[in-house]
Amino acid sequence: MIWKNKEVLLGPLSKNNPVIVQILGICSALAVTSKLEPACVMAVSVIAVVALSNVIISLLRNTIPNSIRIIVQLVVVASLVIIVDQLLKAFAYEVSKQLSVFVGLIITNCIVMGRLEAYALSHNPWDSFLDGIGNGIGYGIILVIVAFFRELLGSGTLFGYHVIPQVFYQWGYENNGLMILPPMALITVACIIWVHRSRNKELQEK
Amino acid sequence: MKALRKFLDKVKPQFEPGGKFSALQSVFEGFESFLFVPSTTARSGVHIHDAIDSKRTMTVVIIALLPALLFGMYNVGYQHYLAIGALAQTGFWTIFAYGFLAVLPKIVVAYVVGLGIEFIGAQLRHHEIQEGFLVSGMLIPMIVPVDTPLWMIAVATAFAVIFAKEVFGGTGMNIFNVALVTRAFLFFAYPSKMSGDEVFVRTTDTFGIGSGTVVDGFSGATPLGQLATHTGGDLTFTNIVGEPITTLDAFLGFIPGSIGETSTLAILIGAAILLISGIASWRIMLSVFAGGLLTSWICTFADPSTYAAALLSPIEQVCLGGFAFAAVFMATDPVTAARTETGKYIYGFLVGVLAILIRVFNSGYPEGAMLAVLFMNAFAPLIDHCVVEANIRRRMKRAKQINSEEVKL
Repeated sequence: MIWKNKEVLLGPLSKNNPVIVQILGICSALAVTSKLEPACVMAVSVIAVVALSNVIISLLRNTIPNSIRIIVQLVVVASLVIIVDQLLKAFAYEVSKQLSVFVGLIITNCIVMGRLEAYALSHNPWDSFLDGIGNGIGYGIILVIVAFFRELLGSGTLFGYHVIPQVFYQWGYENNGLMILPPMALITVACIIWVHRSRNKELQEK
Repeated sequence: MKALRKFLDKVKPQFEPGGKFSALQSVFEGFESFLFVPSTTARSGVHIHDAIDSKRTMTVVIIALLPALLFGMYNVGYQHYLAIGALAQTGFWTIFAYGFLAVLPKIVVAYVVGLGIEFIGAQLRHHEIQEGFLVSGMLIPMIVPVDTPLWMIAVATAFAVIFAKEVFGGTGMNIFNVALVTRAFLFFAYPSKMSGDEVFVRTTDTFGIGSGTVVDGFSGATPLGQLATHTGGDLTFTNIVGEPITTLDAFLGFIPGSIGETSTLAILIGAAILLISGIASWRIMLSVFAGGLLTSWICTFADPSTYAAALLSPIEQVCLGGFAFAAVFMATDPVTAARTETGKYIYGFLVGVLAILIRVFNSGYPEGAMLAVLFMNAFAPLIDHCVVEANIRRRMKRAKQINSEEVKL
């Protein structure tokens, strides 16, 4: 039992990662990863929304009529997203301005609906909670890795602090403006997938 | 020659499987077939043999690039000595030497980085070494400003070779032109080193040659740069010390710009070499120029107070900036261009149209040729698909017509 739970929680971190294996949630990975701070906030928000909505839907799973389950799921997810959005506006206003519409767009994040459909509707609340946490973290890790490289190479900072010594700039180093633009987020994700697939040969498509 | 052949034969066994350097087999093969045409031929099936293989093709393109490259080197020196006000008392060979020394490190860096990655990739995958980078490595230094730092060229070349070429399967499989991806990377990653007034003319000395102070009134803006900042009124292009330049100057290439692109004349000599040897497609070249000239002519009717480029005549448009270079050496890249004969007309025409449209209507990008070629690279397969489908449909229709006529008879 313990082993099974561990698989539910840790599987999405690598072998079953929602971003780099299932290729879900790419849009927000492009939009919020130019800096580390919004990426971390986004990651935490998604973890909270996926975990809580998984629990709620799992609790309701025997009472939801099959024909309107998508509507019910949307209502639950939308309520949670609004709560997250309001919390961010109250306690982290600057970041919530940077994230702008992308917090609201968590509703349409394929990972959330995907986990509800694929897991929460058929599993008990505790397992669903772990599954939500696992998938949220799996998504968050990728976001943070991408944001780390984009902020480091694109702005020379991490969490807003300059980490590339000033001497480098005097020697002629320059920040790579392309890293700030969305295409490089895709290419960074592609590089992560490349490394991941070459380490996990069984994931490679024939 | 014989001694070389003998030496190669002597060391060859060491590179074959089981030999001392078997890991480097593809490097050896690459050098051997670079020096000597392979004597082995295919033994099965029916093949048409031709004296030209991809190594010879690449060599011809390199030869065609030489006029533009040599002129580019001269022009780098010319602009420099003009800037320091010492042009009159400096000899031809000093000017050329200055440009040669300024350009050579870029060529070396592009080749070392690009070929290095290709060699490593080929060794890892036990492939033969492909020769496609011979041309890309020469193109890259020619389409960057003279003051681009070497490490930027190295980073951009590595990016382009890995992400625009190797991941698609290497030479002949790439969707986008590798040299242009390098330039696009530089352009978007380090805009301050790829555009503006300061990068197109080198004002400092190169390896100790040509030191001096810049004359008063110097401005390193290229004609297209001047166009982008033009604020109404009469348009006269000036060279870097403020004297007016004519269309003839632009045609001959005595203007600031990326190293190899300034001289339309030298590029046309290269075009002649490519066309006479049958390497490049005349359909593409012709239709790029047709599209560019037509669009330039249409754009002369635009409002010049909003779009300053409307003041340029079509001839000036194709002489300035990288248009001619892109038409002759970039759009004709056989790998990334359309492959059907009708498709080549469409592809080339749209490259020309887009290049001028971007230049005229988007002052943020003074030069549109790079973006136009990359954009059409993405559309080339679609154009080919439509041409092939249209052909199939036409022939089906004809076949049906013939069949129905036969029935009537």
